[in-house]
Amino acid sequence: MRDVLLLRFGEVHLKGLNRPYFLRKLVDNVRRAVEPLGGRVWMSDSRIYVSDCPDMEACAQRVRRVFGILGVCPAVEMEKDLEAICKQCARMAEGLTGTFKVIARRSDKSFPLDSMELQKIIGGRVLEANPHLTVDVHRPDHKLNVEIRDHCYIRLHEVEAVGGLPMGTGGKAMLLLSGGIDSPVAGFQVMKRGVRVQAVHFFSFPYTSERAREKVCELARILGEYAGGMLVHIVPFTEIQLEIHEKCPDGLGTVLMRRFMMRIAERIARAQGCGALITGESLGQVASQTMEAIAATDAVAGMPVFRPLIGLDKLEITDIAARIGTYETSILPYEDCCTVFTPRHPVTKPRLADLVKAEARLDVEGLVEAALDGVTQYKSWEDS
Amino acid sequence: MTAYLDNSATTRPSEAVIAAMEHCMREGFYNPSSLYAPAMEAEKQLKRARAVIEEILHAPAGQLLFTSGGTEANNLALMGSVEAMYGMRHLAVSRVEHPSVLEAARALERLGHRLSLIRVDGTGEPDWAQLEDLLERDPPDLISMMQVNNETGAVLDVRKLSKLARRLSPNTLLHLDGVQGFLRLPTDARLFDLYTLSAHKIHGPKGVGALWVRKGVRLAPRQLGGDQEDGLRSGTENTPGIAGLLAAVERYPASAAKTMMELKMRLLKGMRERIPDLKVNGPDPGAGAPHILNLSFPGVRGEVLLHALEAKGVYVSTGAACSSKKRKVSGVLSAMGIPLDVAEGALRFSLCPDTRESQIDYACRCTGELYDTLKRFRRK
Repeated sequence: MRDVLLLRFGEVHLKGLNRPYFLRKLVDNVRRAVEPLGGRVWMSDSRIYVSDCPDMEACAQRVRRVFGILGVCPAVEMEKDLEAICKQCARMAEGLTGTFKVIARRSDKSFPLDSMELQKIIGGRVLEANPHLTVDVHRPDHKLNVEIRDHCYIRLHEVEAVGGLPMGTGGKAMLLLSGGIDSPVAGFQVMKRGVRVQAVHFFSFPYTSERAREKVCELARILGEYAGGMLVHIVPFTEIQLEIHEKCPDGLGTVLMRRFMMRIAERIARAQGCGALITGESLGQVASQTMEAIAATDAVAGMPVFRPLIGLDKLEITDIAARIGTYETSILPYEDCCTVFTPRHPVTKPRLADLVKAEARLDVEGLVEAALDGVTQYKSWEDS
Repeated sequence: MTAYLDNSATTRPSEAVIAAMEHCMREGFYNPSSLYAPAMEAEKQLKRARAVIEEILHAPAGQLLFTSGGTEANNLALMGSVEAMYGMRHLAVSRVEHPSVLEAARALERLGHRLSLIRVDGTGEPDWAQLEDLLERDPPDLISMMQVNNETGAVLDVRKLSKLARRLSPNTLLHLDGVQGFLRLPTDARLFDLYTLSAHKIHGPKGVGALWVRKGVRLAPRQLGGDQEDGLRSGTENTPGIAGLLAAVERYPASAAKTMMELKMRLLKGMRERIPDLKVNGPDPGAGAPHILNLSFPGVRGEVLLHALEAKGVYVSTGAACSSKKRKVSGVLSAMGIPLDVAEGALRFSLCPDTRESQIDYACRCTGELYDTLKRFRRK
């Protein structure tokens, strides 16, 4: 008898001829997640199992963060001996209260009892040993699953996992990562769809501090836990902000800045083989996130810009941030943009012609080049 | 070149301090409460540290309690003495106290005690009329004020406060928070009843400080256990820390105040030459504490200038280091009525006796150059 984890996966089932590819990726990713803990990963009857890890609890926690896994069930694997199975089920039900039901499934047709008989016998024995429980076959509080296959597998609870598609099946994209609440969530949403995500961060020292940079690296580290690490490209952005501040109309400052960010992010994205940019914009949240402002920033992006938060309210975004573990870091007070550069009256409906006119006063290409020359990288993982 | 000008946040432990602590940990690690000879030696060291500090304070009969630092000492002074008085009491602190006093006072207020806040003027000078009125008509049971303000260097006229209080309300306890004043200003414990000091502001280690308590002042302990420090502060004494504190005190140069005042005036002069519209926050520099100078750079945010200076190896602070994490201007400066835009441009330069003239000059040069660049970019 040993403890195993039985992993339920979601959308991979939907894939047609590509299914083996998605599954292979998924198994690889699970393996990468649990191998440092000594766990073994194997497939049988189109289920993924994890076993032989000294700390199954830690294993389960890691597997929960593997994209593509919908649920994790701690299970017991044992010999197909009816007496032993009944005893084990009775023991597992000890801590329960309320109602329960036994769900048996006999895949191994050589086993002498069929599913219905198994349910009756095991249910009876569990009840006998735990008289405080009652049976409810329609809406039980607890379901005790017993499967008879090459071995017998017994499981009680399922822990919800992150869902989505296996990392690496959806290509690569570049996230514009600030220190705020939204952009890490946007990155997460796209990562969840199987996309490998790198990040670009715009750093305006001395208008923002080392602590602001540290905070962004910490956010990348948290996101990286879902993906085996995250690479952050840190772009020196002060010069561009000063130029815009000095030479362009104040009200357009933020949109002009966003356009520079897009240009630079796109260049880095192309060099890294990414097929899209990701931003944390949510329609109407601030002046630079109106439909007109978004159109104006999109105009300089030569690749698709994914905005997974576009229709979400701040509270919904905050909820996701809390769930994925970035919220506490995002709300640290180190600002990622200095109020010196925040227009008092930002234009909410910028016209492309005005922006182009303003940019004519700047050496756009030269500024972008200079910023790209100064890029440094932060890796959220440690090379082994 | 680097210039560490944030000595009010903390100071670099001197070699003598490190050596004394190492020696204590290697050789004198015994528990002073144990009964064998080496432990008695450790106990003697504690006694010696107490005696040296009490002598510096001209302390009359009383007790020096070692604590984990200034915060604990201030907490103990306020909460411990109020608790020992029983019943609901009245205490007064100034609006510009350190959070370890202010927050302790507010906690007492939440418990039902009355709290009066003493106003200060634009130079950090307390409102003497308010104090006099209070002492006459509604005398507090405890007044707690700081000897030197940590952000502006404003110096309290302790003698004046003491005379006033003793004349109008002899039963009022006086607590002086000397974290920024100890050794840098002459201190006379005959003028007050409780005194807080901290080691890491005078090149000693962090995690050790002391509260001096005049004989006859009753104190309820805030930390219970094995009855060390006469039951007023339980816990095995931090002997390496106290050895470090003692070494720091013994090494602190007698001429420190004079040296630092000269350096401070040099800093002010150098800054003024480069930045004529500079503003001094707090007292007239000649009258303030020798080691603290708070300057406002109009049109520039202090935090931005701080980070720009950081890149040049010049380390300073905006207001108090502990409050710069909170995103607002310094409570001290706003209590002094300094306008918001001036307060936003404030930086604190704080010196130590080891600061060199060349570092002062370097800091002035860097600040001047950076100021010229940064002031071009202000919020439109």
